[in-house]
Amino acid sequence: MTRYILRRLISAIPVLFGISVIVFAIMALIPGDPATAILGSFATPENVARLNEDLGLDKPLIQQYFIWLGNMLQGDFGRSFNLNRPVLDEVLERFNATLVLAGTSFVLCSVLGIVAGVVSAANQYGPADKAITFVVLLGISIPSFFLGMMMILTFAVNLRLFPASGMWPIFGDRDLWALLRHLTLPALALSVVATGVIARLARSAMLEVLRQDFIRTARAKGVPERGVIWRHALRAAMVSIIPVLGIQAGFVLSGAVYIEVVFQWPGIGRMLVDAILRRDILLVQGGVVFVAACYVFFNIVVDVAQSLLDPRIKT
Amino acid sequence: MSFLKLLARNRLALGGLVVMGIVVLLALLTPILPLKPPNITDTGNRFLPPFSDGALLGTDHLGRDLLSRLMWGTRLSLAVGFAAALVAASIGAAIGIVAGYYGGRTDNVIMRGVDMLMAFPYILLALAIVAALGPGLMNALIAVAAVNIPFFARNIRGITVGIAHKEFVDAARLSGMSDARIILTEILPNVVPVIVIAMSTTVGWMILETAGLSFLGLGSQPPVADLGSMLGEARSALITNPHSSIVPGVMILIIVMAINLLGDGIRDALDPRLKSGALNRPLPATLVAPTRQPESQQNEGILTLDNLQTQFHVKDRVYRAVGGVTLSVKPGECLGIIGESGSGKSVTALSVMGLVASPPGLITGGSVHYRGEDLVGAPYRKLRTLRGREVAYIFQDPLATLHPLYRVGDQLIEAIRVHRAISREEGRKKAIELLEAVRIPNAASRVNDYPHEMSGGMRQRVGIAMALANDPEVIIADEPTTALDVTVQAQILSLLDDLRRERGLAIVFITHDFGVVGQLCDRVAVMYAGRIVEEGPTRAILDAPRHPYTAGLMACVPELGGGRRRLEAIPGLPPAVDDLPPGCAFAPRCDRATEACRAGEITLDRAGDRALRCIHPVEPQEAAR
Repeated sequence: MTRYILRRLISAIPVLFGISVIVFAIMALIPGDPATAILGSFATPENVARLNEDLGLDKPLIQQYFIWLGNMLQGDFGRSFNLNRPVLDEVLERFNATLVLAGTSFVLCSVLGIVAGVVSAANQYGPADKAITFVVLLGISIPSFFLGMMMILTFAVNLRLFPASGMWPIFGDRDLWALLRHLTLPALALSVVATGVIARLARSAMLEVLRQDFIRTARAKGVPERGVIWRHALRAAMVSIIPVLGIQAGFVLSGAVYIEVVFQWPGIGRMLVDAILRRDILLVQGGVVFVAACYVFFNIVVDVAQSLLDPRIKT
Repeated sequence: MSFLKLLARNRLALGGLVVMGIVVLLALLTPILPLKPPNITDTGNRFLPPFSDGALLGTDHLGRDLLSRLMWGTRLSLAVGFAAALVAASIGAAIGIVAGYYGGRTDNVIMRGVDMLMAFPYILLALAIVAALGPGLMNALIAVAAVNIPFFARNIRGITVGIAHKEFVDAARLSGMSDARIILTEILPNVVPVIVIAMSTTVGWMILETAGLSFLGLGSQPPVADLGSMLGEARSALITNPHSSIVPGVMILIIVMAINLLGDGIRDALDPRLKSGALNRPLPATLVAPTRQPESQQNEGILTLDNLQTQFHVKDRVYRAVGGVTLSVKPGECLGIIGESGSGKSVTALSVMGLVASPPGLITGGSVHYRGEDLVGAPYRKLRTLRGREVAYIFQDPLATLHPLYRVGDQLIEAIRVHRAISREEGRKKAIELLEAVRIPNAASRVNDYPHEMSGGMRQRVGIAMALANDPEVIIADEPTTALDVTVQAQILSLLDDLRRERGLAIVFITHDFGVVGQLCDRVAVMYAGRIVEEGPTRAILDAPRHPYTAGLMACVPELGGGRRRLEAIPGLPPAVDDLPPGCAFAPRCDRATEACRAGEITLDRAGDRALRCIHPVEPQEAAR
């Protein structure tokens, strides 16, 4: 198992390398002089020239890339000009908040989605199945930012059950209850789409498994139906559900951008949007590379979980 | 075209199509509709509520008419979404076709790149592109299209790889066509339908994604607004004037939902498994038709089948898999059921404990008596407690019938624990004992194996051990040795025979092999097209088969040292059980058949310990020939 994890980690190196190349290439698309883009059109020519030198932008592209990569590997993601602080500090702080939100949502959508899918499959064409199928269709069709706004309107403004926006700092004065109250609405709004997608997949995976011979064996042994569904069928269906959980984690992370904007959650998505609108290129670059790298590692975790679940996978 | 018909039959998909049609039509007609100009501000009339005079949906924060802005915004959102889909599909398909057609290193390099792009959560890539190009609707379109290219490239590549090795492509290549021409004239026409379907299922996403970027202020810039930026601008007034948010939000919801319904409909219409009902979930116990007539027990025995009838109802066809079977087995006795594949022997066996997959299976008549109690129509709870404890099954192909992800020991322990409360240690001890009883060497370590780590013969022994776990009274073995080689088969048979003698088990043994029947069974029933055609003591039947089908089956068994006797296959195929001829079902394949055979029902006549369903039986002296 340790060797398998090591092998997967090593195989991530070219992917991370590719990610850095892609991000660098996209940033090289910036029309005109990057230093001007970074400093804004009102910058003095001296400042532009100095920045160009600082960033090594007067060198050839390939050389620039390796300087940039080398700096990043040493933890130097550059400085944000708007915030006047190291990019990495800002990214880490913001990513922390995103992790709380996206992590909660991911757990929510995995559990809810799988349960909904299993119940749906176990009652195929029954009332529960039809109700779940309808709610799921609604869930995957509603834009999460619109859903978030409607939740604020209903639960925060009209019913006054939850705060409409903001986040209780997880560091500093710890108040779990306040954090949860702030977290409930955004986490729910963020998990809806992924819940729907996972529920659909779990339903079809379960239907696929329930027709297999080993399910008939379980029944022939006298296993009660609940055990057949949750112990035998779900265990086998998880083999095809888990990879989709990995993909959905990416969608949750993506959706977090909208939800963070709607709920004023101080996460990395909102940071990126603000940075784009203020042309804070280094902050965008650093944030994108950092999150993409985290996502690559998360997918390794998913693969390892898959191999733990399925003994037939050679590790 | 049957595809369109199928789509039309799916009412939800049709609804989606209609809604989408209306929205697209309205969007197309927007310029000629009598709407106010969408971008004229009128600060005197800010935030008019819906249904105000002259503003059906009210006005926004600058007093602009919401209905007009909604229509123009919808037009823009649809246009951008479709354009993004078209761009992504064209570029993605081009990449996919090139990679799939040329293969080799080209394929490798391209697909590596695609994998890299897919390693990003999609919005990060879109944000990076917008960050580089700057906010704007055109740039948002480019970003959304770009992040969806890998999806198309991957799908289309898969299809192309399949086509690129077909004969007609080889033929075109041999005739000297250039690669470019082959791609355009041979590959592309076959790929286009796939592209269209992939587009139809993703265009909803693209509309949502561009709306999302606009919502964030990275897409369309004021004063022009698509649905996303309308929603984004209205957000600051969400609490005071929610209508200006709800109007564009609901519109996005309607569009995306209509597209999703349509996409689902298309997908379902193309899935052959849905048409055949192969994705139906089998119920815990086989359904019993309300019209079933129970039968009283006709023979002695611990387990008796009395005129049992099981059918499969698929769409409007009815397959009579078991057409009135009467059988019985006594304690310590082994009853063989023999017949070709499709003769209904397995369905007969599975009907006993209600294990026929249902739907489509349905028990339509007759009874199954266990110790005098009718199991057909018995409540599920009752059946469940009998399954495995009183009547246990051994199935064919244990690789498929054992759970692949649980250790065999755990599967054995479970078999016991669902009927008796025992501790895990006790269960483990019992599991090892069971494995030893079926003569698995190193049982104590084998108990921790997964099924895929064992050989076929070992797995089959595990299947037998599982059946023995609760000391059942009856074991129904459904071709348990078919997948095994001859020496292992002989071991398994003698094992079963020992167990029968030691424990007084009643065994129902299903097979298509007369050699196996001869070794193990006291009595044998021959099945054809869902009915018993001949039954009797094994020796008597083997020595002197009366039914022409039995005789034919036996002639198919090669005998060692039997000299140059020809292998006499029975001509023709077993009949489809959804369209059985009247009279003898074997008549079309039988050289003795006469008009009388086809005229009407032929009864199973009992004479002594033998029974026969034939009016022109084989005479003993003929069989000896």
